Parts: sequence; C-alpha cells; structure tokens
Amino acid sequence: MRFIFKTDYVQDINLVKHRGQLFWYGLLLLALLTAPLWATSYWLSQLNFVLIYGVAGLGLMLLAGYTGLASIGHAAFFGVGAYTEAYLATKGWPFPLSMLAAGALSAAVGVVVGLPALRIKGMYLAIATLSFGFIVEEALARWESVTGGNSGMAVKVPEIWGWELKSSESFYWLSLAVALLVTLAVLNLLRSSTGRAFIAIRDSEISAQSMGIQLARYKTVAFALSAVIVGLAGALYAHKLRFISPEQFGITQSVELLLLVVVGGLGSVHGAYLGAIFIITMPQLISLAKDHLPPAIGQATGLQSVVFGLVLMAFVLFEPMGLYGRWLKIRTYLELFPIYRKGMFKRQKSFQKSEQQK
Amino acid sequence: MVILQLTISGISLGCIYALIALGFVLIYKATETVNFAQGELMMLGAFSGLVLMKMVGLPFWAAALIAVVGMGGFGFLVERIAIRPILGQPQFTVVMLTIGLGYVLRGLITMIPGIGSDTNTLEVPYKGVVWNMSGLVLSAEQLAIILITAVLCLGLYLMFRYSKIGIAMQAASQNQIAAYYMGIPVKRLNGLVWGLSAAVAALAGLLLAPITFVHANMGYIGLKAFPAAVVGGFGSLPGAIVGGLVIGIVESFAGFYLPEGFKDIAAYVVVLIMLVLKPTGLFGGSVRKKV
Repeated sequence: MRFIFKTDYVQDINLVKHRGQLFWYGLLLLALLTAPLWATSYWLSQLNFVLIYGVAGLGLMLLAGYTGLASIGHAAFFGVGAYTEAYLATKGWPFPLSMLAAGALSAAVGVVVGLPALRIKGMYLAIATLSFGFIVEEALARWESVTGGNSGMAVKVPEIWGWELKSSESFYWLSLAVALLVTLAVLNLLRSSTGRAFIAIRDSEISAQSMGIQLARYKTVAFALSAVIVGLAGALYAHKLRFISPEQFGITQSVELLLLVVVGGLGSVHGAYLGAIFIITMPQLISLAKDHLPPAIGQATGLQSVVFGLVLMAFVLFEPMGLYGRWLKIRTYLELFPIYRKGMFKRQKSFQKSEQQK
Repeated sequence: MVILQLTISGISLGCIYALIALGFVLIYKATETVNFAQGELMMLGAFSGLVLMKMVGLPFWAAALIAVVGMGGFGFLVERIAIRPILGQPQFTVVMLTIGLGYVLRGLITMIPGIGSDTNTLEVPYKGVVWNMSGLVLSAEQLAIILITAVLCLGLYLMFRYSKIGIAMQAASQNQIAAYYMGIPVKRLNGLVWGLSAAVAALAGLLLAPITFVHANMGYIGLKAFPAAVVGGFGSLPGAIVGGLVIGIVESFAGFYLPEGFKDIAAYVVVLIMLVLKPTGLFGGSVRKKV
C-alpha cells in the first residue's frame, strides 16, 4: 500500500504521481519503441491499428467521456481527416503539413457541428451528430472529383520531401509518435483550466455556468479539439489502409468508436487504448471461435454484430466504468487486501430528473 | 398531377416514419429514455410475420395479429430484463444499451436458416392491386399504410383520452413520483409502454414489408424516424405523426426534383435546420430546466 502525501498544488497536477508509474510507463514505452524488433509483421500491423484507433478513441473520449457530449457521428470527422490526407498526399504535400491540414479541416467541421450543439443537449445532440454523420458520408460518396465517389480512393505512401515511409516499421513509428504526442497533449489539456472546465460541464452544466464557465465557448472548443484528434487518427488510418471508401466512415464506424470508449471506460485516457485493443482483437477472437460453433451460428454474417451488441449491453449493465474501471477495482482490491468493501465503486443513483415541463 | 402523386407516396412513406417515431415518443414520454433499437423492433416484427407465414403456414391476417401481439410481449420483456436495472442512470446509458440491443437483434436475425440473410418478400393478399384514376396511380399497399395508420392514431387517441390505463400512462409521464403516490404502478406501466411501442413498431414493419423487402438491415429506416420525432417535438404524440408526414413528403419531393443522393439525406438536412431554428420542434413547448 502506497500513501502519497500531497504537500503542494504542483504535486497534485503532476503527470507522474509516483516512481512506480514512471517505471511501468517507461517499460511500456520501451516495449512499444522496440516492437518492430520482437513482433511479427502481423502483430506489428495489429499494434499499429490499436494505436490509430486509440488516438481516435481519445478524441471521442475528450468529448463523450470528459465533456459529457455524446456524439453518434464521429466517423464523419474520421472520414474528413482521412480524405483530406489522401487528397493532399496525391497532390504531393509532405505528410507533416498534410496531417496538420487534415486536423485543421476536421476541426473546422467540428466547429460547424458544435455551433448548433450549443443550444441542444442530451439526445437532441446525439440525433444532430447522427444526422451530420449521414450527411458527411453522403457528401464523401457524391463529391466524386475529390473523393472518387463510392468506388473509393487509393492513398499514397506518406512522404516527406522525397523520403518515403514505405516499410511498415517506419509507419509504425510515425503512428507511435502521433499517439504519444496526442496522449501527452490530452493529459496536459485535462490538467489545465480548459480541461477542468470540460469536466465541470460534464458533471453539471448549471453549476459550471454559475461558476463562470462560458458553456458556448468551452463546448465549441471541446468539439473542435475532439475533431482535430479524430481527424489526425483518420489521416493515419488512410495511410494504413492504403484504400478508403465512404462506407468505412458510416454509422457502423461511429457506433464502433462509441463502443470503444464505453468498453474502455468513459472518462479515462487509459480507457481509449484498452477499448482500442478490444476493438482490434475481438474480430480475431470471433473468427477463431467460428470453427467451434454450429454452422448456423458460426457462418452467419451477423455473428460479429451479436457479439459486439452483447458486449456493449453487458458493459452498460454490469461494468459501466469499462475495462479501466475493472482494473481499478482489481487494483484497489489487491492494495487494500483484507478490507475492500463491495460498494466502494457503486454508482450513485440519481433520481430521475425530469426534463419535461408538464 | 405529379405533385399529387408525390404527395401521396410521401404520405404513405411518412406514415411508416410516423409509426416508428410514435414508438420513440411513447417510450420517451413514459421513461425519458430514447430507444435506438426501435427500427430493429420493426424489423423483428416484419420477420416474425414472415416466419409465421412461410414456416408455420398461417394466413396473412392471423400471422400479422400474432406478430403484433407477440412483439408487444417482447417489448414488455425487454423493458423488464434490460431497461429497468439501469433506471435512473444518465440518458446516454440507455442510448448505448439500446444500440447494443439493436446490434444483437440484427445479428440474431441473420442466424435464422434460409431466410435470415436474404431479402424476402412478404406475400400480402392486397399486393399488386393498383387503381388508375385519370393519371393518378394508387396502389393498395400505400392506401393500406395510410388507412391503418389513421385507425391506429384514432385508437391511441381514444385510449389516452378515455381509458383508465391511458390516463394512468399520461399521469406517469407527467410526474412519475406523484403518479406513484397516487397508486399508479409506474414500473408496470413502463413495461406496458414498451410493449405498446414494440407492437406499433411491428405493425409498421408489416405495413412497410410489401413496398420494400424484409431483410436484416431494414431497421436502418428507424434512424430516419429520429428526424421525424425531432421535427414534431420529441415529447408530443401528434408531433410524431406530423413530423413523420413532413419527413416523408420532403423526401418524396427531394427524390423527384433534386439531384440523386439528396433523397437519402433530406430527412437529416431538415432535422439539422430544425434543431438550429427551433430545437423544441413544431409541437414541443419551450423547456427551461429549473435549478
């Protein structure tokens, strides 16, 4: 059992809470940096997808998990990022610039969506983002001069002033660098006043407003930042797949991103990556299990959606804090070994607060 | 004449949206949760009609009746098993839960051997009957949709206005705790509302089946009923009907006059405009939450 006695504010907002964390995260970083040496090309590719989805999940986590604005159209930003990157790469832009442009355009789109979002909340916001996602998907399919329409679009290898990132190792390192930078940026954001304003808005809009937080401004900022991060992930995704088409950025992808943050654990940075690991490994496990199931179930096209749906329902019903919450509970249990109480992480039931007037 | 023709086909499509939106609104008014699996309930209703006709060999009317009643029971069960344990949690929780439920239903349907992963046609007795009145083409399928929707709306209106259970539902939706103190079994009523809304969805599925096909992904039409519900004002039953009709007519005109592709997103464009201009919808009152 470790006791941390905090004696000043800087200690409270430090990213590294104690030496143990430094050791374990250092070890993780070392393992990730040397992954091309010990992982086969298949696992390296999977790890790369985990990083990309983890970044996208972080983007949605910032919005849904920290600001409390649920979006069912986040694949739209993913798509805007991917298509901007693909288009600019064919125009010969070096990838640092084109990725920044992808993030910026995605942010601009995010602000456009964020503006009506200021007046609406809850499920109206969910429906607005859902509608927006459909419109973007249709626009990607119809704007054929830029996006190639429904037949899709091939994406070039990322290139910076003549130096091409052809090998999967070099692209992996690029993804790792982006993931690290984004994670650090999010962690820093969350300990700044902006991040705390987000959390205050999530916990109670009314009390946040009465504390002097400008709801309109911070919600727009949250949408824009979330869109930037998801857009960057989209740019990486485009390069990783080498071929993109509009239906990859439809409602299914949006729901998958939501699934990612809920399974990982809403309101935790770890959750984004745990959820990404889940999203990437689950289809593999399903295809492994296929051979052992009766053919009517194993060969059905809907097997994956059944499993995803059941997992989502199970997490919402039994483990609303997600995988990271489960880990926290296990760790607390071990730390407090004989005196852990069952109700320590119990959700407080809020009495149904009516939004209806009559 | 073209305009009249488009209006009629828009109204018949709009009635389907209206029926699904009605399901959302019923559940929203009763429990303040949004059911994202409403489209899948509709799909399940159509499939159970299909299975009863093809595999059991029942005539259409019997199959339809059993499907609607059975889906009502299914909705009741869903509320009991999945929704009630998380009552009192934030709205988003139920949204995720019902999205998961929709996924499960859509996947399970594909596991029915033979018909699950195919597109099927539902053989209704009035299929293919067409009247031609001086250039205006009316099909029996469209008329059936419009008539049955009208009858259903009248029935629901009478139920909420005069029957004991309807009035109890209204009371529970206005103030759950007060209704509970008045001796109304709010929990059981919530289950009944889910059953009612699943039955309405099943009816919508059975009506929609003759003009499209029965397949596992037909539930996606349910997503277009969200714009319908929002345009009408989410908490208003007449609003859901009007919203559905508006979306249906807009879509039918957009398909004819605007370039290809606009038909599919017309509903979403309308709802975004509506949310910017008047977020409470046509029939919703202005709501200001008190601290």
